[in-house]
Amino acid sequence: METISIDVASLNLPALLPMAILALGALGLICVDLVVKGLNRSFLTMITILFILLDLGAVIGYNGPSRAFFDVLLVDGIALIAQVIILVASAIFLPLSLSHRHFREFEMAEFYALFMFMIVGFQCMVVSDNLILIFIGLETSSLALYTMIAMHNRAKAFEAAIKYFTMGALAAGFYALSALIFYAMTGSVEIYQIEQALQARNFEPLVGILAGTIFMLGALGFKLSLVPSHTWTPDVYEGSSAPLAGYMSVVPKIAGFVVAMRLFEMLVYSGVVWLEHILYAAVVLTMTLANITALVQEDVKRMLAFSSISHAGFMMAAILIGTTQSNTALFLYWTLFMFTNLGAFTMLWIVRHRKNLWDERYQHPYTKFSGLVKLMPATATIMGIFMFALAGMPPFSVFWGKLYLISAAINSEYIYLAVIIALNSAIAVYYYMKLAVYMFLKEPVMSDATLYATNASTPLKVIVGVSVMITVFAIIFVEPLLNILTKYVSASGF
Amino acid sequence: MEHILSLLVFFPAVAGLLGFLVAKESIRAYGISVSVIEFCLSLILWIGFDSANAGYQFVEYYAFIPSYGMSYYLGVDGISLFLVILSTFITMIALIGLSIEKDIKNLIISVLFLEMTMVGVFLILDVIWFYAFWELSLVPMLYIIGGWGGERRMYAAIKFFLYTFAGSVLMLVGILYMGFLYYEATGIWSFALPDWYLLQVPFKAQLWLFGAFFLGFAIKVPMFPFHTWLPYAHGQAPTIGSVILAAVLLKMGSYGFVRFSLPLFPDATVYFLIPVAIICIIMVIYAAMIAYAQEDMKQVIAYSSISHMGIVILGTFAMNAEGITGSIFLMLSHGIVSGALFMLVGVIYDRRHTKMIRDFGGLAQVMPNFATVYGIMLMASVGLPLTVGFVGEFLSLVGFYRISWILTLLAGTGIILGAVYMLVLYKKSFFGQVVHEENRSLKDLNAKELSALIPLVLLVAILGIYPKPLLSTIDMSVQKMLVLMDQKAIEPATKELIMKANSIGGTH
Repeated sequence: METISIDVASLNLPALLPMAILALGALGLICVDLVVKGLNRSFLTMITILFILLDLGAVIGYNGPSRAFFDVLLVDGIALIAQVIILVASAIFLPLSLSHRHFREFEMAEFYALFMFMIVGFQCMVVSDNLILIFIGLETSSLALYTMIAMHNRAKAFEAAIKYFTMGALAAGFYALSALIFYAMTGSVEIYQIEQALQARNFEPLVGILAGTIFMLGALGFKLSLVPSHTWTPDVYEGSSAPLAGYMSVVPKIAGFVVAMRLFEMLVYSGVVWLEHILYAAVVLTMTLANITALVQEDVKRMLAFSSISHAGFMMAAILIGTTQSNTALFLYWTLFMFTNLGAFTMLWIVRHRKNLWDERYQHPYTKFSGLVKLMPATATIMGIFMFALAGMPPFSVFWGKLYLISAAINSEYIYLAVIIALNSAIAVYYYMKLAVYMFLKEPVMSDATLYATNASTPLKVIVGVSVMITVFAIIFVEPLLNILTKYVSASGF
Repeated sequence: MEHILSLLVFFPAVAGLLGFLVAKESIRAYGISVSVIEFCLSLILWIGFDSANAGYQFVEYYAFIPSYGMSYYLGVDGISLFLVILSTFITMIALIGLSIEKDIKNLIISVLFLEMTMVGVFLILDVIWFYAFWELSLVPMLYIIGGWGGERRMYAAIKFFLYTFAGSVLMLVGILYMGFLYYEATGIWSFALPDWYLLQVPFKAQLWLFGAFFLGFAIKVPMFPFHTWLPYAHGQAPTIGSVILAAVLLKMGSYGFVRFSLPLFPDATVYFLIPVAIICIIMVIYAAMIAYAQEDMKQVIAYSSISHMGIVILGTFAMNAEGITGSIFLMLSHGIVSGALFMLVGVIYDRRHTKMIRDFGGLAQVMPNFATVYGIMLMASVGLPLTVGFVGEFLSLVGFYRISWILTLLAGTGIILGAVYMLVLYKKSFFGQVVHEENRSLKDLNAKELSALIPLVLLVAILGIYPKPLLSTIDMSVQKMLVLMDQKAIEPATKELIMKANSIGGTH
């Protein structure tokens, strides 16, 4: 055997620091919980947020070489943006645990430790182009997430966790198969080496590449809830608590998008028409089917679940287009979407009531919001703003993302795609408006306004306030944000 | 790692803000966790610190108000590194040992904000920001003394605030004048300390500026005759306030001398050297004599602080590497030792609700662990060889010996006097028979107090036996500063004195 000698400096360990901070924080939190009994959820929340902020500091402060740790880590521009989005989103979703009523999962230190491990998993996914590390990140985050859903401790939550777990296990199998196929063809698990090897052999045999792509699409499609592997989404969102559902609709997806961007853009640029067609079909189906299904939903949370699938479809369109502008559009869209979606799910969390007073089957049926403007004008107006913003009404936040995305499509001559995106936005307006119609134009079914605020607390109101501000005044910071995003995206060659 | 200094400065403040949302029953755990994280951050800084580089490291620079030369400028060198670690360490220890129950949430949040200002003062290189942190540090301390202090807490808090504020306002005038001088000389505004270092200030202006800065720092240290606020503040402050005040806040003044007065005004420093040294001698001897006459245990330690700070300043004005390195090390060791002593007084005050020496006696029989820890800290305070107190005092005095052996001899009596009042205090409180019945049932140190005190005891022993890692890092940056002073000096007398102070028997 040849001895292996490695220079520690060449490992570039500071690149691991962001992940290490949260992993150590999670372990430390468990230890503190062992020693100190009866830790309050506010303590757990704030300590976790502090660790996330430290992590954010380490991420922003890193300026070493982009490759690190046996070249497994790849800290480039998109990894940086994605990590910042993941961490900021985590830090503002977490205080939703400080609701007026107490929930079992938010009282347990394990929830917060799992939360931190989950973020570590997401970070591993985005800072690597090594299929194995991505897999590890994917599984770490997914396993933590399954458990956190089940900790909600309702019958529906267990159902959701099991469903998510089973589908996730299938997706993990797909992922492993796909990685195996690519490895078998190219002898490497690094995306950039796979690309070189495939180019060297002129993308032959096509069957192998096709199988690898299909399996990968299945696996990532599960994470990103692309049609047809989207069926878990509404049930899982419905079963989990509103904060976690909102979180799931934003953060795991951004991690998935980055992986998809690294992998699929390589395949799209291969010039194999097939691959592009497959992706094209997935994108169009995801946008359209999810939108049409959302039309017939009776529950607002399920509607938001389907709408988030359709938003994910828009994002896949950006990846399909694959220009710098479209990739920038993806991050811009998702940042703006994050705040608006956060606001919408926080509103659902605020109006959550212990009993299903309005409908036996659903927790947030449309009828629940009937005439809300007469009972609680401010709540109704804010909810209305979020709905119109999600629908893409100017000048609210998501509009700017959509604008930039459609122009990216037109600029790279994907005219049909641009038309399909526009048509889908038109369909989407209907179900968002439906809620506004219920709130503003119908008569109230309840006369007691307090029923709608049983879970409200100051932290929740502050979060809603921040989201509303960002949603309404998005026009102010779209330009600087776009400049930063373009700089980082183009610097990393996407 | 790029922004570790910003993280260090603002992490406690952000944690303090978020602390408002933490429930009261978990706020203690929260405060301790935050301070432990902050301490770990400062250790990471030490690990990442390149001890072969004498300049500023981890520098962060952003133009803040460019038209007026203000910038956000952070950097750490051997001089400030350990003072930062001392601040985070003492805050952590003080929070672990905290025994107050009343309004604990407000107290812990104040301490976290105070931590930000302390770390900020030591890390910031822009003078306007320095001034901002310097003044901000008064506010949480005002609240800590005024909110949780003894009977005359209002008076003590206001006296503390007014005294130190008055001094630092004069310093502000000095800062602005210095900025103006820089503008006159170069045509651009700058308040960045490294820029100022390059400016040769005319001798006349140096004298005035030295005076303005001197007042600000001297009141903080506190130097005779501006020391009268300190015994009051200590007498009335709660334990955690005294610990942080003695261990860190006083060091801000002596740090100011090293960072500002010496390198900015070398000629004025030499011009005022002997008067300042005489004030130091007065501090050492006079404060030691007052300490001997005190009946309150906490006042003894408060006056002993003044006495020790006299030696710190003396070492700083020795104008050579031994003296300045020694004085910085003495700042660290005094921080550890005085922090521990105030904490020990807090321990006995929690049990007996008195600090009067006459109410004790024979405590060694009832509380053997307490007596042991107290004894070790007392020896370190006196400056027993192989304890942490010895290294700094010895080096400071050795350094000043080159300037004047008579003054050094007088300052050396401070050590003897220190031994006198400390040992008398120990004898009266701990030895002999238990005279007061209520002292018989006193409980020894509990787990919480031990976990706060044992790290301090360990540090006293470890740094006393092997101070080299700290000394060599500090020394490097001090040497660099001395070279700068020598280059900048205008008067021949200054160059001559720096040469004399840094040479042994004609060689250097």
